Amino acid sequence: MAKFHFEKGHMVPVPSHSIIPERDLGSAPVLECSHLGIQFGGLKAVDDFNLTIGRTEIAGLIGPNGAGKTTVFNLLTKVYQPTMGTILLNGQDTSGKTTAQINRMGIARTFQNIRLFNNLSVEDNVKIGLHNHNRYSMASGVLRLPSYWKQEKAAHERAMELLSIFHMEDLANHQAGSLPYGAQRRLEIVRALATDPSLLLLDEPAAGMNPSETAELMENIVKIRDTFQIAVMLIEHDMNLVMGICEGICVLNFGRVIAKGTSKEIQENPAVIEAYLGRRKEG
Amino acid sequence: MKKRSMSPASRSAFINYGIVIVAYVVIQILLGQGALSNTLQSLLVPVCCYIVMAVSLNLTVGVLGELSLGHAGFMSLGAFSGIIVSFALQDVITLAPLRLVIAIVVGAIIGGIGGVLIGVPVLRLRGDYLAIVTLAFGEIIKNVIMVLYVGLDEEGLHFATSQSNLKMAYEGVAIIKGPMGAVGVTRLATFTAGFILVLVTLIIVQNLVNSRSGRAILALRDNRIAAESVGISVTKYKLMAFVTSAALAGAAGALFGLNYSSTMATRFDFNTSILILVFVVLGGLGSIRGSMIAAALLYILPEMLRSFAISEYRMLIYAIILILVMLFTNNPKLKELIAKIVPKGKKKGGEVNG
Ligand SMILES: Nc1ncnc2c1ncn2[C@@H]1O[C@H](COP(=O)(O)OP(=O)(O)OP(=O)(O)O)[C@@H](O)[C@H]1O
Ligand SMILES: [Mg+2]
Repeated sequence: MAKFHFEKGHMVPVPSHSIIPERDLGSAPVLECSHLGIQFGGLKAVDDFNLTIGRTEIAGLIGPNGAGKTTVFNLLTKVYQPTMGTILLNGQDTSGKTTAQINRMGIARTFQNIRLFNNLSVEDNVKIGLHNHNRYSMASGVLRLPSYWKQEKAAHERAMELLSIFHMEDLANHQAGSLPYGAQRRLEIVRALATDPSLLLLDEPAAGMNPSETAELMENIVKIRDTFQIAVMLIEHDMNLVMGICEGICVLNFGRVIAKGTSKEIQENPAVIEAYLGRRKEG
Repeated sequence: MKKRSMSPASRSAFINYGIVIVAYVVIQILLGQGALSNTLQSLLVPVCCYIVMAVSLNLTVGVLGELSLGHAGFMSLGAFSGIIVSFALQDVITLAPLRLVIAIVVGAIIGGIGGVLIGVPVLRLRGDYLAIVTLAFGEIIKNVIMVLYVGLDEEGLHFATSQSNLKMAYEGVAIIKGPMGAVGVTRLATFTAGFILVLVTLIIVQNLVNSRSGRAILALRDNRIAAESVGISVTKYKLMAFVTSAALAGAAGALFGLNYSSTMATRFDFNTSILILVFVVLGGLGSIRGSMIAAALLYILPEMLRSFAISEYRMLIYAIILILVMLFTNNPKLKELIAKIVPKGKKKGGEVNG
């Protein structure tokens, strides 16, 4: 194991938290984490994680299996409370917030092992994503007051509009759990977008997709960034996808950042090559 | 785009209203012709109460996905508070239906408060704590009411733990007498009141489920982590479902309590909670119609079988009907078959509205 341990000297010097320092970060970057870390028992699953993401950046988070990528997403969304470090979201401190509050502050995500509301319709899945954007009270709902009808109509229209990103309008009445795998992954993205995030986290969005589906997904991720003007951070093992659309890439190994940079810099980085080749030799 | 096409959920809701209204009209006609036996007539109000109990428990167990083993406890709260209120107001409000409505509303409020008291601490925990706490709650309520004495004189209501401690004026009357329960209750409940309560319950539960709040509750049941990730606050919506369910049970309890001249706390024990749970499970978790039908059939049936000549086969027939109800409401193959026969059956979209 010692072979894969990266000592300080081996590490690529990281001048700034930002993957691409020259990027326009606006008045405040979407995300700024410093010294983020979590420990499970003795295992430092993520350690000293520093990252800044610009307002409309597409960032990639890569690394071998078990590197801690999903754990980073779980820290950002407070599924796990970090044991160290701080996370600023649109300039605001997120310490002490719950997962639901984090979503309202602007982070939406998908899951590596898909988590849809399987027994509900596709349309209802999206409408649940719109939960905090159509705000009529329980009483208006039970008494069917005008605000109920007005906002339900708006929610329906918005849900259809969002589903049309992936041409899924025809599936609106299908049960989410009965959709094919690829469609379930796309529905998760639509549901996340419905919450109107400023940062979208995608955990292995192309997993289980065939090459043509993946190509379409790549186009759509860029389209989503362009139309919604949001930042996207994605975890992916498909290097064509990562190198193709990520403007900045961050490489994790054993819970630590071993490299940051553009796709070209990452591909040529000896530490990254070693991490991946080392893993291949072992596996 | 067709504008006025009804969603499967609302169609299903309207079918349920239809079933209830038709059943009410048919029973009224039968009553008018004197075609119902005394036994059956005496079952009409309690059946309505049990339908409300089953539909409201389904909100907690089927829609929210939390197990409650003390639903009868909320019924008990509603029954005794309803009895006390109706008794205390009998000289002030002489109009019986109005007094009944007030008693039901108070029963619902007290039931709802019970729901808040249990829900606030327990529903923030993860795991099946609700089952164990509601079980204890049901038993506690029963035992508290068994030592409760309530009386009324011109000074107002007196509460105590024994008859002598009531310290009432000479002409004061005790309405709740510890282990004897409530005695000398003026029977205000009517079948029409029961019918209206069922209808109101259906409107509340179905409209809640088919709204923004209801979707949040369903989302929590289906996948809590995903629901949180889209900004749904867990405790708020769990409480909403649980308290609504408790309040409706309180309302049903008030109607139930005012249907008998005497009611004991042991009427609302653990067995009653389990009986209601059986209605819900057999009717199909999340299926409102299933709860309604299961509660009505399984409550009336044992009594009806008793009055027929075949009474020695009563339990056998009861068991067969239990199995049939279960098959009809839970078996997907059978559901498909029914959907084929009845062409306008509901499409894909969820097991929730039924
Ligand atoms: N809740 C937890 N308790 C204990 N250990 C955990 C927990 N969650 C993750 N880990 C550990 O943290 C490490 C990183 O896991 P993580 O799921 O973040 O990896 P990953 O980079 O997403 O891998 P993959 O590419 O396989 O998805 C693993 O060793 C894992 O076993
Ligand atoms: Mg992972």
